Amino acid sequence: MILTNIDSVPGRPIVQHFGLVQGSTIRAKHFGRDFAAGLKNIVGGELKGYTELLQESRAQATSRMVEQARELGANAVINVRFTTSSVAQGASEILAYGTAVSVE
Amino acid sequence: MSVELLISLGIPVLLIVVGRIVGSRIERRHYESIIERETLFGDQPAFSTKQFDAPRPVRAASLAVGSVVVSVDHFKRFISSFRMIFGGEVRSYSSLIDRARREAVLRMKESQPDAHAYVNIRLETSTISSTSGNEGIGTIEVLAYGTAVHYDRAP
Repeated sequence: MILTNIDSVPGRPIVQHFGLVQGSTIRAKHFGRDFAAGLKNIVGGELKGYTELLQESRAQATSRMVEQARELGANAVINVRFTTSSVAQGASEILAYGTAVSVE
Repeated sequence: MSVELLISLGIPVLLIVVGRIVGSRIERRHYESIIERETLFGDQPAFSTKQFDAPRPVRAASLAVGSVVVSVDHFKRFISSFRMIFGGEVRSYSSLIDRARREAVLRMKESQPDAHAYVNIRLETSTISSTSGNEGIGTIEVLAYGTAVHYDRAP
């Protein structure tokens, strides 16, 4: 599965369009991580626990999108976009979407 | 009585002082690492456009993603609370945003280190709030993503 966030897959012409595919996940932070982050907040800098948490969720959203594309028989997803929105206090939704296509 | 006052006043002041000392050291070290890694990727440009002049035909393309969560220290948070009264530019936060963006772009490049160029870079910023509420200010996530392209081998 090829993923790009431009309108094509360079060097490989598109033979078929399958339309929009998307994958999302909603994650809540757990207390332990929040506590550690609270301590780290004093001195600032990177909060690794949160970075990892969001990377994991983004990977999951992407794999759900890829799964959907695979079911349609696509072998690439173009114009991939990521968005994040907070749905509740301490929880956020991560959405990945794109256009499933078949390339040569 | 005075002990209670000392504790209730002392702890925030201590946190601010610790934040100032350790925070500025962390920031300085982070900037050093950012500059060092940026020079490493000096000949692999990043474009925010979809179209670019490829010197050779593109052989392969794939998605590159990088993200980071960064927070400011207590000292800067304290300083900025004064700024909130009078308004104006909050300079103490600009270094936070700058660090986060540059770090995210670097991580995106590091996820596909052998690419020749990165096109259509998108930067997205979101704030992170704690579960207890309104502590969102000062902690941000920056996501950088784009398409890593590989050129054909030089003839």
